[in-house]
Amino acid sequence: MTLLQLPPAAGVIDLNGDGAYLSWGVVQISWANVVVILVMVVVFVLALVLPFPGHARKVVPQRVPQDALPDAAPDGSPR
Amino acid sequence: MSAASDSATGSSWTARLRARTLEAVPAEQALPDRQPAYVSSWIYVFGVATLAALLVVIGTGLVLSMGGPGWWHVSSLGHFVNSLHLWSVEIFFIAMVVHLWGKFWMAAWRGHRALTWMTGVVSFLASIGAAFTGYLVQTNFDSQWIASEAKDGINATGVGAFWNVLDVGQMMLWHVTLLPIGVGLVAVLHVVLVRVRGVVPPIGIATDGSVIES
Repeated sequence: MTLLQLPPAAGVIDLNGDGAYLSWGVVQISWANVVVILVMVVVFVLALVLPFPGHARKVVPQRVPQDALPDAAPDGSPR
Repeated sequence: MSAASDSATGSSWTARLRARTLEAVPAEQALPDRQPAYVSSWIYVFGVATLAALLVVIGTGLVLSMGGPGWWHVSSLGHFVNSLHLWSVEIFFIAMVVHLWGKFWMAAWRGHRALTWMTGVVSFLASIGAAFTGYLVQTNFDSQWIASEAKDGINATGVGAFWNVLDVGQMMLWHVTLLPIGVGLVAVLHVVLVRVRGVVPPIGIATDGSVIES
């Protein structure tokens, strides 16, 4: 089967019927939106735990104003 | 002050503007080619991903505005560009929310970066307005349904007299001019502030990568 012969996504998921909703007390949300939120959470966790390519490469400190250091003393020197 | 700005000794407004610009954002800070060690993480990718998606949103939106509803509803190319516009918006919001979560948990407003944080907040809120008006100007049954459902909520806030969601023309103009300009300008200011202040280090880590003694 070639790529062009694959069914479009709308054929895989029936979009002509009624929407499917999660009802939980006052909360009512479509399952499509629940899936998107769960995907965002998964992506967020993966971004935290997966190693970044070239992580061991030597990097240099950035040049920023002294008062931009979060833990700088009022005179600008690091605490 | 850099050497480039030292040469701006003239009294013209262009020379003064150049000197002030170079002083605020030196060239090596505006377009850096190296970053601190802690930036080597996937969580720092989502800000740039948001910007990339925004460029696709604006580009496809410009094409749609030239073709009009009579084009994007009937032609296959119009459908394709319409879909690109929708899905780039989806990626834009997903990347922006992950970026927001990352910056929230690293308290990215530290080190005099409150304005950077707030411009991100304003850009996020303006994006929601742009997306909402986008749903209202699809010119199909979906947009009619959304407008009729939204009008009572908008009227309840008291702004219905000035911002009529049933007025397709008004919503179209908000969508294609005011909101994108607002989102675009604030996003540019946001990026400039990130370059001026630098990327916020993780809590307890100095910009040179050393651990800060508490």
